[in-house]
Amino acid sequence: MFTDDAGKGGISAGGPGSSDNSTRRTGGDLVQLITPAGERISHPEFDSWLQDVSDEQLGSLYEDMVVIRRIDAEATALQRQGELALWPPLLGQEASQIGSARALREDDFVFPSYRDNGVAYCRGVKPEDLVRAWRGNASAGWDPFTVNVATQQIIIGAQSLHATGYAMGIQNDGADCVAVAYFGDGATSEGDVNEAMVFAASFQAPVVFFCQNNHWAISEPVRLQSHIQLADRASGFGIPSMRVDGNDVLAVMAATRIALDRARHGGGPTFIEAVTYRMGPHTTADDPTRYRDANELEDWAAKDPISRLKSLLERKGLLTADLEAAVAAKADAVAKELRAGTINMPEPAPLDIFKHVYSTPNSWLDRQQDHYSRYLASFGDPAEASSEEGAR
Amino acid sequence: MTQMTFARAINSGLRKSLENDPKVILMGEDIGALGGVFRVTDGLQKDFGTHRVVDTPLAESGIMGTAVGLAYRGYRPVVEIQFDGFIYPAFDQIVSQVAKMHYRTQGAVKMPITIRVPFGGGIGSPEHHSESPEAYFTHTSGLRVISVSNPQDAYTMIQQAIASDDPVLYFEPKRRYHDKGEVDETVDLSTALSMEKARVVTEGTDVTLVAYGPLVKTARDAAQAAADEGVSVEVIDLRSLAPLDFATLEASVRKTGRLVITHEAAQSGGLGAEVAASITERCFYHLEAAPVRVTGFDVPYPYSKLEMHHLPGLDRILDGVDRALGRPNSLSGLEG
Repeated sequence: MFTDDAGKGGISAGGPGSSDNSTRRTGGDLVQLITPAGERISHPEFDSWLQDVSDEQLGSLYEDMVVIRRIDAEATALQRQGELALWPPLLGQEASQIGSARALREDDFVFPSYRDNGVAYCRGVKPEDLVRAWRGNASAGWDPFTVNVATQQIIIGAQSLHATGYAMGIQNDGADCVAVAYFGDGATSEGDVNEAMVFAASFQAPVVFFCQNNHWAISEPVRLQSHIQLADRASGFGIPSMRVDGNDVLAVMAATRIALDRARHGGGPTFIEAVTYRMGPHTTADDPTRYRDANELEDWAAKDPISRLKSLLERKGLLTADLEAAVAAKADAVAKELRAGTINMPEPAPLDIFKHVYSTPNSWLDRQQDHYSRYLASFGDPAEASSEEGAR
Repeated sequence: MTQMTFARAINSGLRKSLENDPKVILMGEDIGALGGVFRVTDGLQKDFGTHRVVDTPLAESGIMGTAVGLAYRGYRPVVEIQFDGFIYPAFDQIVSQVAKMHYRTQGAVKMPITIRVPFGGGIGSPEHHSESPEAYFTHTSGLRVISVSNPQDAYTMIQQAIASDDPVLYFEPKRRYHDKGEVDETVDLSTALSMEKARVVTEGTDVTLVAYGPLVKTARDAAQAAADEGVSVEVIDLRSLAPLDFATLEASVRKTGRLVITHEAAQSGGLGAEVAASITERCFYHLEAAPVRVTGFDVPYPYSKLEMHHLPGLDRILDGVDRALGRPNSLSGLEG
């Protein structure tokens, strides 16, 4: 069952510490429009989807990628300083997230995973809202309907079904917006992602499955999930797919536009595999040196999405001192806003624990809340009662 | 008033909801042309179209997860789980998504999803077709769980469930689908008894007998039999399993001083345990005897030739009533 072309066989194919999933290449070529050196390559199909991308917009994509990397670094620092309980870095995946999110229309609806902070930032989520849940001040950071982004899903792949159902609703409404599910390589093994593709194909729902293959699901390499390219999984469901260089912001943007256009015009779902790399740990609680090879990290560092776009801007003479200064200033400002927003975040009140379990009063819960508030009140000073010690 | 079967009453309630709210959408396996394996959705696809009454692929997590997405989009999905024992593939979406979404989003995202579950035994089915999984869901915060016992409640409460902004599990006793009863289809939902309220269905003074779903009929029959022996049994139909209507239960137990709870589900960790514990906490000084549970055994649902031993019947319930009254019973002489 676990054979591959190289004849190595077994789930250990590829050798330890390597996430190479090239054992069976059955899909199309990886689409790349910007080489790691920053050279723009023309592409017969994809180029036509980028004709409106102006020099200014290239600079703006660069800015978003630099800013989200800065947010990521600042949040990691905040975790190290004890201000956040945990943080899932997206380092290395900036092009995948910014390139796809910037292709969306405002009325499209995104169903992201916990690592898709770049997508959320692009959609207008405020910096402190990105960390609200990671500080433990809420279960989720924002009201989905203000930014058309669902709250970040922690159950792997569950949101792919939500996106598909939302897309079925779009279809019923006769609207032309699109639902987009973001998930990773590990999620493609989950039943929910497979069921989502079944439903999406059956109903030809306007949904885009955007898979960031960052090569690692915590410590498990992508070859443990699949012996074919992830993009090829879609064909079994009758869903067209594309495989793009996920560190190439233009390739990602073009692919997403193609998929969105198909969905808007009744063409149904598309699966995009954005081949990228998780340069950091799974979360700040992870230690990737236990399971992956430093050489692999080095190889991918050479394909960095931001330095690649920076080189392209340089080649085109667009990387002016003004642009660099403006981008740096923006990143500084956002990082400052994130830090201040985190540290000054209001603490939840003890009785908030009972809020919003139901949308209407619930007799069981009302009684428990009543009893607990009496207990808290038994400490006399309400301020004291609300402190952690008092609440014990 | 119209005489109709239990199944037809649910059908009629679903039809009314589909008519009254364009956002109501039915989803499930075989619910379209076939009308469901129990014909509960008979004729609805024909009248409301394939976009309102949706035959889905055979994937319960898929059905539930797409219902979540539809709710996000402003719809009110009514999901049919074909049989009780088929709900487990959807468990993660129900418990981790449907139940928690409102809390997770601090009230921004409502999940007005109704999950219809034909449940319980007594129809001679193979494995996975006769289960009573309600306690998994009553233990899950964020869900409302109800069970109906008669055609009128079936008709009214399916509409109340669909109108609820919270997710509701609606357990329908499949062995009662063909029972007939009078249904008032002009009932006003705003003045009808709330779906969170229990109902005293037989008044009595000696023992409180609590049942829900398929066993309400059995409990009423038991009360009738007990009356022939001069014992006055008050039967309460819980209707709502989460939250439980303790006010109605307490009032009854304060009067009778004795409590028997019966359900088809296994005993340990079941609804009976919750009722017994809570009533003991709330009415300890009114109790004349320890609460008694008459339930299914802690076994996987047995093969059908044995199910009559598993399901609490009239005689086993009366034996429990005798125990609560301190009258001679099958456990006389045993301690504890």
